[in-house]
Amino acid sequence: MSFLQDLLSSQIVQLVVVGAALLGALSGILGSFAVLRQQSLLGDTLSHAALPGVCIGYLIAGERQLSLLLPAALVTGALAALTVMLITHRTRLKTDAALGIALSVFFAIGTVLLTLIQAQGNVSSAGLSSFLFGQAAAITKGDISVMVGTGALLLSVVILFWKEFKLVSFDPASAQALGLPVLALEGALTIIVAVAVVLGLQLVGVILMVALLIAPAAAARQWTQSLSSMVVLAGVIGAIAGAGGALVSATGRGLATGPVVVLIVTGVVVVSLLIAPKRGVLWQALARRQLTKKLPMVSLRYDAKRRKFPIRGVRRG
Amino acid sequence: MIAVSIILTGVLASASAALLGTFLVLRGSAMLSDAISHSIVFGIILVWLVTRQVSGPIPVLGAAFAGVLTVLLTQWLAQSQLVRMDAAIGLVFPALFAAGVLLISLYAREVHIHTDTILLGEIGFVWLNTISLAGWEIPVSIITLGLVLTANLLFVGFFWHPLKLATFDPALAAALGLFPSALYYALMTLTSITAVAAFDAVGAILFVAFVIVPPATAYLLTQRLWLIVCLAVGFSTAACISGYALAVYWNVSIAGMMASMTGVGFALALLFAPQQGLLAQMLRRKKARLEHDCRVMLAHLLTHQGTPQVDEENTQAALTQHLNWPQSHADAIIKRGIDHALIEKNGNLLRLKPAGEAAARELFARR
Repeated sequence: MSFLQDLLSSQIVQLVVVGAALLGALSGILGSFAVLRQQSLLGDTLSHAALPGVCIGYLIAGERQLSLLLPAALVTGALAALTVMLITHRTRLKTDAALGIALSVFFAIGTVLLTLIQAQGNVSSAGLSSFLFGQAAAITKGDISVMVGTGALLLSVVILFWKEFKLVSFDPASAQALGLPVLALEGALTIIVAVAVVLGLQLVGVILMVALLIAPAAAARQWTQSLSSMVVLAGVIGAIAGAGGALVSATGRGLATGPVVVLIVTGVVVVSLLIAPKRGVLWQALARRQLTKKLPMVSLRYDAKRRKFPIRGVRRG
Repeated sequence: MIAVSIILTGVLASASAALLGTFLVLRGSAMLSDAISHSIVFGIILVWLVTRQVSGPIPVLGAAFAGVLTVLLTQWLAQSQLVRMDAAIGLVFPALFAAGVLLISLYAREVHIHTDTILLGEIGFVWLNTISLAGWEIPVSIITLGLVLTANLLFVGFFWHPLKLATFDPALAAALGLFPSALYYALMTLTSITAVAAFDAVGAILFVAFVIVPPATAYLLTQRLWLIVCLAVGFSTAACISGYALAVYWNVSIAGMMASMTGVGFALALLFAPQQGLLAQMLRRKKARLEHDCRVMLAHLLTHQGTPQVDEENTQAALTQHLNWPQSHADAIIKRGIDHALIEKNGNLLRLKPAGEAAARELFARR
């Protein structure tokens, strides 16, 4: 226990733990809608598409200035989401192809810009490639307050439009019939996910951010049937995984925060998939076994009376 | 010589990718290539931990195994119906990738495996690693990619009809005894092998660009499967050559520029494709609107023909005021009507010609 106290007394560790927990909670809550709308991989596309934005922000600012990098990342992410919508609505290509096109092309442009920046030989550009995998140790108090502020804003939007988002997520057709602005609401949900992705860039990087969006929601889905409890549970799971991952990575050298958080949250998903009541794999297997045991007794006893040959395990009565 | 070997590497990698990518895009499992390309990192590091080999046939097989494992796990998760397909993909590959990255940073710091390299590729250095073959110094990547391309060509050529059927109608393929799922896993295995062979040349994520973007571009232009494959290979070759030239000119990442050029090709096709392009769609919509409103005008003229209000109703002013059409739109429609000899203009009055009257009566009769 004293080891933990030692760890927590370091201010950097405190900041990383708080930041990771905040990010986990936020992405868990916001990712729930993406998972329910079967748009989980949109997070993947958005996070990859943030790379050119980061580079453009750097090229404009001339230094690693978060207040400019992150809005630029948001803009390119939104642009990628628009591209995906355009391709799926206006061509015969399927959603997954549209996601893949936006993801790979935006990322390719990002790598081109990255080498362009590196070719300028500027020292302060060294931190840019940390956006690929995140650099949790570089987090500052200012970043945390940005996360708290933006997070509060996003959460209040979600609470304010709770009913609308719920309907759009589960039954967009009837939302349309009721006269709700479905396209605008879907756009809002996409933008919200994009903001969460951008907030997570510094901590876990563009590649692994998708797991933080999907995994808490997928785990929470196994335990509950109601949206509100799923969202809250996803937030809690995300926060625990974030804080736990940050603590584990602080104990060992060479343990990057992002991958550890992802592995922990995946572990939670695996456990949930196995043992969640009613839905879990083990639970279902048990139920099936009981059923197969019971079934012949119920349905075949009557049948067995009039059969010529006995059925094994069924008493002829 | 260096330029030729770099371009050739790119062309071989992108052609192998486009060949398989056609079927992935048409099947709707394009994002699985993204998952595979991330997960092979896990396979490569696992093989390294056991055998201490980074290149050669064993790591390729190990990485391909990781790719197939990704597909299997994803399928299994989706089939359990606990999560949907997209979430299953997004759960499996980040976990394997994270495990791979952690293993690299824990145990493999001293070897030449950089996560950056795996993701971004080092196509500019392919000519450094060569072997002697019949007196020629040939880069190793070119040989491996050539072999992979040959394998892909043989697979697609040999199983052309079953693949076609399994892509468009898996149920029928299964009913005919063609084992679509076996073909599917063979396709995924080849995709994984191609990803491994391509990854040190173009990098994992840019490989995804080569798998998805050229076939998607071709699909916007044609519906014939063989033409899609040919066009996709052609597009990726063009993207490699133009990408290399631009990358040298601007002194930026070669593989990144090649992949960006596939994106440029796609954007051009999206805008200007003759049937599916956005521009063609816009023109089609405009023409359809014109035709529709021309019929509306004919119906309007017929309704008020011979009534006392005819002088007021059958004029251009009525079209703009009563039907709420902008002046220019009304002009265009009247012009269309006159050009097609449906109406004539008599001073201010619009009058139906026999052809126009027949067309208008046809409209009402159809109800």
